[in-house]
Amino acid sequence: MREVAVIGIGATKFGELWDLSFREIGMQAGLAAVYDANLSGEDIDALYVGNMSAGRYIQQEHVAALVADYSGMARDNIPATRVEAAGASGGLALRQGYMAVASGMHDIVVVGGAEKMTDVGDNESNEIQSSAADEQWEVTFGATFPSLHAMIARRHMHDFGTTREQMAQVAVKNHKHGSLNPKAQYQKEISLDTVLKSPLVSDPLGMFDCAPNSDGAAAVVLCAMEKARKYTEIPVKILASGQASDTLALHHRNSIVGFAATRVAADRAFKQARLTARDVNFAEVHDNFTISEILAIEDLGFFPKGEGGKATMDGQTLLGGKIAINTSGGLKARGDPIGATGVAQIVEVVTQLRGQAGKRQVADAKVGLAQNVGGTGATAVVHILGVA
Amino acid sequence: MTTARFWRENASRYNMIGVQCTICGKVHFPPRSVCPTCHRKSIGKLVPLKLKGEGEVFTYTVVHEAPSQFEMQKPYVMAIIRMKEGVMVTGQLIDVEASELAIGMKVKATMRKLGSDGPGGVIHYGYKFAPVRQ
Repeated sequence: MREVAVIGIGATKFGELWDLSFREIGMQAGLAAVYDANLSGEDIDALYVGNMSAGRYIQQEHVAALVADYSGMARDNIPATRVEAAGASGGLALRQGYMAVASGMHDIVVVGGAEKMTDVGDNESNEIQSSAADEQWEVTFGATFPSLHAMIARRHMHDFGTTREQMAQVAVKNHKHGSLNPKAQYQKEISLDTVLKSPLVSDPLGMFDCAPNSDGAAAVVLCAMEKARKYTEIPVKILASGQASDTLALHHRNSIVGFAATRVAADRAFKQARLTARDVNFAEVHDNFTISEILAIEDLGFFPKGEGGKATMDGQTLLGGKIAINTSGGLKARGDPIGATGVAQIVEVVTQLRGQAGKRQVADAKVGLAQNVGGTGATAVVHILGVA
Repeated sequence: MTTARFWRENASRYNMIGVQCTICGKVHFPPRSVCPTCHRKSIGKLVPLKLKGEGEVFTYTVVHEAPSQFEMQKPYVMAIIRMKEGVMVTGQLIDVEASELAIGMKVKATMRKLGSDGPGGVIHYGYKFAPVRQ
């Protein structure tokens, strides 16, 4: 396998982008990444697009060809492939691009992720997100996507004494980080009280425990490491890519206080990179709900199982703490345009490793990790990146 | 949702019919064709098994923001139930006060209306769970 570098990154602002269509945000992020990599359209061998549900959000399938077309590449006839794994679509698209370059099949690949969520109402968006769970045996009986995470939270509280305040602190911390990210959907700090007093969505989770609906797109350009310095002086190396799956329905797991898929994907990635959790300086994790970040930092091995809530309360995951988690603001504050999220995580990791994160820069960032989850942990993708 | 889809699932939704792997003895619900423990050798060796409907609450939540189908019922309680046979199932918890809710609570399956294909449409039935009271 060849070594693979990220040589370009780009992203739109995340938020309610009422004046922009799906094809426009996809194109904007892609062109920004290609521009950042000092490339032109004819240099690109293939495109991968992570997207969960354009069919239901904008009544448009076949979106990889669409993005290639509006990025001006239709006449180059490049292979354009859409990748779907619910919330993990973006991370999984990156993995497909990584494998395509590592294998020698392609030299330069663009990986994008996009979702346009605000063309439908909140109710419809919630129902679309619930389709990441088991439609026949969970959703039909009344389970919603937040309610499944609320049941995880309840069990985590029961087994480990995790508190409502500890979960709320995840949102407070991620909003604090978001306030330092000019592309975040929410750039305003919030108090613990704001989270605790927000209307209940699914007890114990309130509105501020949930990532928002967002429009947005992100893209990265991958290149074989041996050729990367032709395009950039600051290539970032993909040290490892791990992926794992699990039962689609939460109720078929032996344990729901952690995601086995995250643990297995991380094990595979750490093994490939010949690193351990202790070598990671910072991470972007899938905080679609506050409890999800607590699960993630435990499952990735940053903190012992059951101690993620306490570690968060103690400030260990804050910028400047033991390990900065979600310096971008995470899904909670940066925003969560589903298919874009996994790619946006990579954009943040690369920005940090390049030393270009400005006010939210992690000191001495050498190794960064991204964890992207689909559904209630039925898919997990873990990437580890490092300075080249 | 079409009537055919619900009709296909009726046996399991009405009567909690699962399957038991005759190799390892593990019970699966809903039915599967392959046992995740025994893999290939289990094919054709899974036999139908009706769950007793008895179990206890493994975890739960009170749903305040509900899809349109469940709008009239909110707030309602969703739970994952560990059935006596070992398998876990997701369903609504009914006839219960918020103050009674607890992990470990004993419950029994009961047949109720789950929803319908819009007003005047076909009504879908299935299991919900109610507390077992002494």
